[in-house]
Amino acid sequence: MNELLLEYLPILIFFFIAIILSCVFIVLPMMLVEQKPDTEKLSAYECGFEAFDSARKPFDVRFYLVAILFIIFDLEVAFLFPWAISLGEIGLFGFVSMMIFLGVLTIGFIYEWKKGALEWE
Amino acid sequence: MTETLLPDLAPAYGEIFMAIGAMALLMFGVFRGNKSTELVSLLTAAVMIVTLIITVTWNDTAVYTFENMFVVDRFTSFMKILVLVASALAVFMSMQYFKDEKEERFEYPILVLLATLGMMVMVSANDLMSLYMGLELQSLSLYVLASIRRDSELATEAGLKYFVLGALSSGILLFGSSLIYGFVGSTNFTVIGQTLSQASHGPDIGVIIGMVLVLAGLAFKISAVPFHMWTPDVYQGAPTPVTAFFAVAPKVAALALLVRVLYVPFGEMSESWTQVIVFMSLASMVLGSVAAVVQTNIKRLMAYSSIGHIGFALVGIAAGSQDGLRGLVIYMAIYLVMNVGTFACILAMRRKDGMVEDISDLAGLAQTRPAMAAALGIFMLSLAGIPPLAGFWGKWYVFKAVIATAVADPMATNYGLIMLAVIGVMASVVGAYYYLNIIKVMFFNEPEGEFILQKSRKLKAIMGVSAALMLLFLLPQINAPVLEYARMAAAALIS
Repeated sequence: MNELLLEYLPILIFFFIAIILSCVFIVLPMMLVEQKPDTEKLSAYECGFEAFDSARKPFDVRFYLVAILFIIFDLEVAFLFPWAISLGEIGLFGFVSMMIFLGVLTIGFIYEWKKGALEWE
Repeated sequence: MTETLLPDLAPAYGEIFMAIGAMALLMFGVFRGNKSTELVSLLTAAVMIVTLIITVTWNDTAVYTFENMFVVDRFTSFMKILVLVASALAVFMSMQYFKDEKEERFEYPILVLLATLGMMVMVSANDLMSLYMGLELQSLSLYVLASIRRDSELATEAGLKYFVLGALSSGILLFGSSLIYGFVGSTNFTVIGQTLSQASHGPDIGVIIGMVLVLAGLAFKISAVPFHMWTPDVYQGAPTPVTAFFAVAPKVAALALLVRVLYVPFGEMSESWTQVIVFMSLASMVLGSVAAVVQTNIKRLMAYSSIGHIGFALVGIAAGSQDGLRGLVIYMAIYLVMNVGTFACILAMRRKDGMVEDISDLAGLAQTRPAMAAALGIFMLSLAGIPPLAGFWGKWYVFKAVIATAVADPMATNYGLIMLAVIGVMASVVGAYYYLNIIKVMFFNEPEGEFILQKSRKLKAIMGVSAALMLLFLLPQINAPVLEYARMAAAALIS
């Protein structure tokens, strides 16, 4: 029991060091550095050119939808790779299981297509 | 290529049929558009009824399949029947509402169907994996259902709140599961139960923590105090038919799951979990009764009422006996009928400016709509637990079981159980105040404003049948089959 816990000791040490260091990095500059804010420093940073807008501007919810739809099919591929490699081992059962999984995904895909989730306008 | 045999699918035919049905209906709906909502609703109910028939005809002793992750026995059959009946009625009750609000979406019945499928898997789960899979399928569908009227600010808030707290509870549950797996070495309920019963020195502290975390996660789903905070807001914010669905089917399924988790893997640790269950039961009964007194919104009131009723049902688990479990099963069956009836009444009341949601709006209902006032009166008396209505008998069986357990113990170590029964009965008396208040408002206050005549024959039929069942529960023709099936269901888990 104790030996088992001992194996995790480095993680605990790492955890404490991480907490202490990150606190130090936040607190130390507050005390040491002279603070002189001006508009340039406070404005949003956009690589190299003048900022168009406030960084807190809400953006179109459609980006979010596209991101979610992308994740589903990205994960599908992540499942397909190990399945393809081990198909010889898992046999007919594995093949049928994956076909069912793909079938369910296809139904979802037809639904989102038909609903117009894939069209921008 | 090595041959792997296909698992035995027969015990899961009902679930498979539902899954295929849901996908077929989704395709049907998306090609026909929202004008097909009525047809999709009817077909959804038909899928549930066919599944019900498949479940009823499966009348076997315990059968395990999918590597022992899925179990079908008399207990699961009974609970699945309750879940399917509650869901099918919820679909029927919602049809008129969405038509009146001109908010018909064909996704609604399909989401109910998917949530019900999740509940069926929950009820049959015999492994922490299948438990989580069922729970998430149910929860994700319910989150969307809560905010199905996405233009309504209240509904969106309800959905978001439900999602955040639901995700938190799932996280707690998963953390508990990982601890259990780490300390026991298996996720299978049967294996965990065997391992724990063979341990020479009692369960590890890690297993106990894991079990308590799983218990906490499930307590969120049945909204037992102290994990009840989301319930009133979600019940109030969600559209009324969705609330009607939330109030019954998910509670039955989560309670069935809780019972299996407590008795199969952790049956050996009953000393540890009885304390937790006794506390949750006490706190739920008291809070459900006291906090409901000040409510003015009828949906919020029903939320507190359901918290209180879950407390009463948990008394059956605290008893730890076969009789206690039978009491719980009977309680859930009666709770289903009472709640479905009450929500049918709430859904049937509509004024020119929308749904009736305030208790004061019920004033004088006895003069304007005598039949409905009578039905609602019966449900309120039954919820309060006034004999000879069915609600009284539900409480009777759980309290009788818990007293029997307490008395049978010669060492009187179960002193807390008698306290539980006493405080439970007192909470029930306090709770009677607000149920009776509704009756007072309906029968003795002056009417104000007109109700629009409700056309839906489905709602009227549901109201009438459930009121009759509540009134006539004393007849042996009605209570005998319920009692007998409940006994067989309980015997499947505790012999």
